[in-house]
Amino acid sequence: MKLVYFAWVRERVGKAEEELAPPASVRTVADLMRWLGEQGEEYAHAFEQAKSIRAAIDKTHVRPDAAIAGAREIAFFPPMTGG
Amino acid sequence: MQTTVRLQREDFDAAAEQAALTRGRTDIGAVVTFTGICRGAESGEPIAALTLEHYPGMAEAEIARHIEEATSRWPLLGVTVIHRYGRIEPGENIMMVATASSHREAAFAAAEFLMDYLKTKAPFWKQVESQSGKAWVEAKGADDQAAARWNKPPGSEAAE
Repeated sequence: MKLVYFAWVRERVGKAEEELAPPASVRTVADLMRWLGEQGEEYAHAFEQAKSIRAAIDKTHVRPDAAIAGAREIAFFPPMTGG
Repeated sequence: MQTTVRLQREDFDAAAEQAALTRGRTDIGAVVTFTGICRGAESGEPIAALTLEHYPGMAEAEIARHIEEATSRWPLLGVTVIHRYGRIEPGENIMMVATASSHREAAFAAAEFLMDYLKTKAPFWKQVESQSGKAWVEAKGADDQAAARWNKPPGSEAAE
């Protein structure tokens, strides 16, 4: 699946997007954040404050307990500050 | 209903956008226009610029979704939302919302509703550039509270 990152999540991970294939045991958005946090120092730093990171699946806001099965694009970003 | 949504790097002319919203119409009796402008200081510290990052595709979809929600709550005749991205210097426009209706109540309420939701749900992030470097703006709890006040039974807004 395609993962995309914005704002300080993007800066900490060090890239704007990537293709990753998490193992089948990763079922929810919260699982995915935990798994990403184990993929190296940059990821550990990016996802250490998982509670302050928001997620979207296929460009729709989702909660941490949302299932990721069938997702084409999952985005992680800080709380929004537009307007 | 006439709906215009644009995300763009370049500046816009709020007066021209308002004129476009009402041109040739005699059913519109009220237009509320809100324009967000880049301040020259944040928390007392002068800033050089803001940089707006956005999530292309999702930003348009979220704005459209909230316009749809506003249209279901109030009798609107037109809505324009324009949001810039990229580097914006103090004094420049950041974004605008214009709502048109036959009477002022709907236009005022819908403009506030759209602003409250865009601030907390539309995928945009501001970074401040100042002498001490670059820093991402933190989301304010007050903005979440402002958005939450619309989570009430339909029809109760008029009593606010």
